[in-house]
Amino acid sequence: MTDIAAPPKSPRRIPWDSLAVFPFVLFAVMFLFLPTLSLVGAAFTDRSGSFTFDNIAGLFTDQIMAAYWISIRISGASALLGALIGLAITLAIIRGKLPAGLRSAVMTFSGVASNFAGVPLAFAFIATLGRLGLVTIILRTVFGFDLYRSGFNLLSFWGLTLTYLYFQIPLMMLTIAPAVDGLKKEWNEAAQMLGASQWQFWRYVGLPILWPSFLGTLSLLFANAFGAIATAWALTGSNLNIVTVLLYNQIRGDALQNPGLGAALALGMIVITSLANIIYLVVANRAERWMK
Amino acid sequence: MKTNRFWAWLVFAIGAAYFIIPLLATFEFSLRMRRGTYSFDAYASVFADPAFARSFTYSVVVGLFTIVVGVLVVVPAVYFVRLRMPWLRPFMEFVTLLPLVIPALVLVYGYIRLYNSSSLIPFTGSALGTDILLTCAYVTLALPYMYRAVDNGMRTIDIGTLTEAAQIMGANQVQIIGQIILPNILVAILSGAFLTFAIVIGEFTIASLLNRPAFGPYLVGIGTNRAYEPAALAIISFVITWGAMGMINVLGRFAPRTSARTD
Repeated sequence: MTDIAAPPKSPRRIPWDSLAVFPFVLFAVMFLFLPTLSLVGAAFTDRSGSFTFDNIAGLFTDQIMAAYWISIRISGASALLGALIGLAITLAIIRGKLPAGLRSAVMTFSGVASNFAGVPLAFAFIATLGRLGLVTIILRTVFGFDLYRSGFNLLSFWGLTLTYLYFQIPLMMLTIAPAVDGLKKEWNEAAQMLGASQWQFWRYVGLPILWPSFLGTLSLLFANAFGAIATAWALTGSNLNIVTVLLYNQIRGDALQNPGLGAALALGMIVITSLANIIYLVVANRAERWMK
Repeated sequence: MKTNRFWAWLVFAIGAAYFIIPLLATFEFSLRMRRGTYSFDAYASVFADPAFARSFTYSVVVGLFTIVVGVLVVVPAVYFVRLRMPWLRPFMEFVTLLPLVIPALVLVYGYIRLYNSSSLIPFTGSALGTDILLTCAYVTLALPYMYRAVDNGMRTIDIGTLTEAAQIMGANQVQIIGQIILPNILVAILSGAFLTFAIVIGEFTIASLLNRPAFGPYLVGIGTNRAYEPAALAIISFVITWGAMGMINVLGRFAPRTSARTD
């Protein structure tokens, strides 16, 4: 990418290069590598300090497996729905011949909404879809439809997924917009001249080109939701048995009564988000070929 | 083509409804504190609470330190790696991707294990030490965004030529970074700074596990004890986030456009 010619060597002897990069490396070691390694180590260590697989084996209990599973389901559902809806809105805005000014407004809003996560987001959804929320009340008084009697609950799988979508959709839109921009108009015209319908263009040209970016962003969204805790915590307190809440309680007060098991729980989370991101890296490499 | 446009508007309208209704509902809810009439009582109650001012100020201060430390860590590293050590780039890309892969919750667990009061570097042994650890944790959290902002900024200016020119004029390395490079990428740095601020200001997980009196844990406390104040706080947080993002947009207009692209 850069081929800047190396400037002439400074006559001074101070090794500026290493000195300048040193804080960055120190930071990476102290606040990323060592903490992670220490957890990996603890996951394979028993109370007396010797090597063991017991902690990993200890993960395979009903409670912990259920926590992982509901976390994976919520992250998967909010990532997949967020990616699909985000792509649809992005296509509508960029390719749907909507007024040009709309795009920058929507993208600015996406920047805000993708950062509007955590505790305030939970408050907003309680005020909207909670038992006293505006939408719940309007549905009941105007349409005679009792949301909560129909089985909906904000503090449930779908409630949390619906809430997560508020930051997942904008994140998808921000990441996928460059790829959608990369779909050249000429390709559509070329396809039309060869007699392709709009549907055929999207089926055989448009979507296959977007596919790698789509998959890549999907894994980013998955990791994003999987590690999230603040929203879930503010919505449900410690009631919802997702893996982040379980780990939070473990860090707070050793809820599993076994520090090694807590470390194993954290290791499991790293493994799952790493898998998602390895897919992202592999796929993003392929996607970049079309971005040139 | 007509149908195409219809679908586009429909998708847009449904999306807009999903994003706007919660904001309207939250705002409406925040006005409901006084019975039978709309009022700003909830906001007044929030602003009258000394804990609000205390925790908010604390988070703003930590946020500012986070930005300063982040800039000091990222800018020189990106500059020298771009200029002299391009072979380190993959390493930097990898490091700055890690905070997106490893959940913050896991990282803070590692910090608590590693830097407890009986360890070699007992960050959590004192309040000041924990504040420093919290700041460093936030720098780590914001690293992907700060790195990308600074890296983009340096890509649009020709740092090789600028450095050579400055050296010919007799500038030393500190002068080059401080007086030549920094002003040229100021807009990019400020974008990264505002994004960092937006991330840090309401952060809950790390602050609560390190037991610091930050804005995020304060929000959760209000959420469990009050009815209308949380809605008011959600609106306030939204306005703050909007302000930070709006600043990035405004700053984008001042970004240098006359660039000698090197890629």
